[in-house]
Amino acid sequence: MARATKIIRNFYRDSVSLMQLSATFAKLPGVEQASAVMASPNNVSLLQEAGLLTEPVDASANDLLIALQGDADALEAALAAAESALKQPPPSSSGNGVSRSILPRSIEMGLGNMVGANLALISTPGEYAAAEAFKALSLGLNVMLFSDNVELKDEIALKRFAQARNLIVMGPDCGTAIINGIPLAFANVVRRGVIGVVGASGTGLQQVTCLIDRWGGGISQAIGTGGHDLHRDVGGISMLQGLTALAADSSTSVIVLISKPPSPEVAGRVLDAAVRAGKPVVVNFLGADPAQVRRGNVFAAATLEDAAAAAVALAEGRNPGDGGPARPPFPLTSFLAPGQRYIRGLYSGGTFCYEASLLLKKELGQVYSNTPVEPGDRLSDVWTSRQHTVVDLGDDLFTRGRPHPMIDHRLRNERLLKEAADPEVAVILLDVVLGYGAHPDPAGEMVPVIQKVRDLAGKTGKHPAIVGFVCGTAADPQNLSRQEAALREAGVILAESNAKAVRIAATAVLEAGVVGGRS
Amino acid sequence: MIQALFQEKLQVLNVGLSSFADSIAQAGGSALQIEWAPPAQGRQEVGRELARLVNLSAVEIANRTAFDAYQSAQPVLRGVGLAGQVLPNMAERMILHSGPPIAWNDMCGPMKGAIVGAILYEGWAENPAKAEALASRGEITFEPCHHHSAVGPMAGAISPSMPVWMVTNTTQGNQAFSNFNEGLGKALRFGANGPEVIARLKWMGQVLAPALRAGVETLGGLELKTLMAQALHMGDEVHNRNVAASSLFLKRLISALLKTRTPAANIAAVVDFIAGNDHFFLNLSMAACKAMLDAAHGVSGSSMVTAMARNGVEFGIRVSGTGGQWFTTAAPVVDGLFFPGYTTADAAPDLGDSAITETAGVGGFAMAASPAIVKFVGGTPQDAIDNTTTMTHITLGRNNAFTLPSMNFAGSPAGIDIRKVVDTGIQPIINTGIAHRDAGVGQIGAGITHAPLGCFTQAVSALAHAVGGSE
Repeated sequence: MARATKIIRNFYRDSVSLMQLSATFAKLPGVEQASAVMASPNNVSLLQEAGLLTEPVDASANDLLIALQGDADALEAALAAAESALKQPPPSSSGNGVSRSILPRSIEMGLGNMVGANLALISTPGEYAAAEAFKALSLGLNVMLFSDNVELKDEIALKRFAQARNLIVMGPDCGTAIINGIPLAFANVVRRGVIGVVGASGTGLQQVTCLIDRWGGGISQAIGTGGHDLHRDVGGISMLQGLTALAADSSTSVIVLISKPPSPEVAGRVLDAAVRAGKPVVVNFLGADPAQVRRGNVFAAATLEDAAAAAVALAEGRNPGDGGPARPPFPLTSFLAPGQRYIRGLYSGGTFCYEASLLLKKELGQVYSNTPVEPGDRLSDVWTSRQHTVVDLGDDLFTRGRPHPMIDHRLRNERLLKEAADPEVAVILLDVVLGYGAHPDPAGEMVPVIQKVRDLAGKTGKHPAIVGFVCGTAADPQNLSRQEAALREAGVILAESNAKAVRIAATAVLEAGVVGGRS
Repeated sequence: MIQALFQEKLQVLNVGLSSFADSIAQAGGSALQIEWAPPAQGRQEVGRELARLVNLSAVEIANRTAFDAYQSAQPVLRGVGLAGQVLPNMAERMILHSGPPIAWNDMCGPMKGAIVGAILYEGWAENPAKAEALASRGEITFEPCHHHSAVGPMAGAISPSMPVWMVTNTTQGNQAFSNFNEGLGKALRFGANGPEVIARLKWMGQVLAPALRAGVETLGGLELKTLMAQALHMGDEVHNRNVAASSLFLKRLISALLKTRTPAANIAAVVDFIAGNDHFFLNLSMAACKAMLDAAHGVSGSSMVTAMARNGVEFGIRVSGTGGQWFTTAAPVVDGLFFPGYTTADAAPDLGDSAITETAGVGGFAMAASPAIVKFVGGTPQDAIDNTTTMTHITLGRNNAFTLPSMNFAGSPAGIDIRKVVDTGIQPIINTGIAHRDAGVGQIGAGITHAPLGCFTQAVSALAHAVGGSE
């Protein structure tokens, strides 16, 4: 172990700079310990204690002393390097003046950067979401709570807390909203207009807003409430707030409400508020008896499509049509071979699946599903269809550990091939959802698989018809007409809406005369 | 009503999936992404308690009261006394130490060394071995300085015969105390207790203290806040850099000393001693900070931190609204630069009451005033400004008395809010010296450290229970 020292006369550096330089000198090749100090008696004795100096040095407090310890043959080069480093002017980095201000790390901190913020969109893991929503509400922000797995008691507490502050909580588990023309989370780019929508179902809201857009209408606001809002214990707080706000909003002339049928008590409260709105209100309580809904300015719609059609008609000053559209002409019989008799719906949208179940049950009797309308219709093995089956592939049972089927088409493509190989299948029903958050090119994902189904069918001589619809708009990032063209090109029979697609499928099996117990 | 939202431009704070903020922007809307991570170190129940406290009016009102008291406090150096005579509740065989409470057996090396030194100084034992035996027999009471309105750097050992600074907050009338700074090298506060250390302590008691008492008396009191503010404009942050403040103090003191009956030789020795110690003012800075923060302590519901202190084993904080309770967690090891021959392996965990300066909005919080300090971790003057700016996100306000030239004379961020610390995960920054882990070696470096989040998480939970914040 060797030592070496160097004295630079009358050369001053402050002690902090020197400590810093010492640290860099210690990293020079062959150096074990290094120190650069002003050679005051105190510092010199420190170096002696540290074993860096063994002999007295002839230096004063005005001299800079470098002391190194390490490999004998490396020290000379290291001393030279140390001296030249000392004599370098300090790096100009001391003044590049660029502040690295840190990004906001809490909602409150974010408010410092965005003083006019009026909504917090929260999509954290569910176990943290309620706390974030409370903070947002406490700070005066409305909340859209995309997160799911929020406990019902938290939802109730949040909504009451919000209500007391004249704020709204959209959610939890609220996938879609359009506020002031801005699509939030999974939403479509729809034309602005006079129709305001409040919906407890994300895909339901998407279907209604897209159809309104398709038929020339526009949306003032689309307010999501989350699927549990009309639960008896929540009492429809958000839907009532949304309805009241749209009633008071001068830019809204027609209101649409979408939900599964609420408990009679909550339904009564919502319908009373709808009557008080003083504007036409179209209500689609999926599966409810229209007669129970219809009153005064309140119109009942049996399907999402009917709700959109009625709203557009009312907005244009026309009477909403009574009942659904006529059964569409049947174009499919020629596809079908004897024995092809069942429908298999492979849905990515939960509400579409539920609506299909409702409509098909009326036409065909028993329809199995993982999200059945009646308990007796529950599919015992969700991975295997039986007779008429519609599955919601967005259900937790399928999405555990993998992305939602609106984002990742692999799961549905696999299931599609499986269903197509079943000789008893007559029609495969599909939804295709566009908009922000959805896959950037769903048709591109689906066409190769549909092609494969047709190729296989070419050999066996028969294949099921593939019937679907695209929920989207011309202004969506994926572009509605481009997606529709690609799917048609691949042989998919496309309807405008879920309800129409379902009716085409139902008609196919009915006309083919293969439905047991019905003719 | 909700429909008011329909009349405004939608401005969204996005917490979670960042693609949602991107699509809002793409659609022509306005969204700001929050860099979110589970708050309260992922402890959900504390996260919920925190949520109840955010913008809660009881807490907001309490914080205004506490912060105003801190801001309006006027610490004035009023005199020099003996700890045993002037510290509240100081008992005969009692030695005070830094940080939260700790038993003799659990103390770190430097603190044990300092306690032994204090015993020797008091003459309660004739050698270190007997002093240790005395301490371990439980014949001496150990209490935190903070429990006696006092603060001490590093080990913070204060025994009854030691001289202390007496600072009075003339606005609210509370007093604060600190011991005298011994200078660098072998010093009691680093656990050194050899004959030269005891001899210096004796000199400080017999020569320095009477001279300073006479000098301060002649001055008729010295306003510390203005002196600290002036030093901030001269490159100090009055925690780890006190060159300017010590000089300003000495400048005021010399002429006062000359007007006293202190023998000329003593004056010369006193002036030499102070002039040779760039940290001489530190203990005054600390006592001033303690006086300002005690004024803010004890406001029911307030989430303002009124003390951060370390005993070399634990880091502890006290909060205005939770009374005398300490919230503690393991003291961190400081990242910094080391004197020749030393490394992190030699360092004692964070030690001393001096983080009272950061608690009061100076030290690391006023780093923008003191670019020289940031070099301890290899930073630039811009880093100093950034550090101060970051602290604005966890504080209640700015101290208008402590202005920062490099930040266009903005006040330094002050009044740490436990809610903001826990919500953002931003840890209070502390400039500090580093003591050797073994008693008596002394200071081996200096650097920057951060107050550990665990203390703040506990404090949020305690405050939530105190406030009873259920909606």
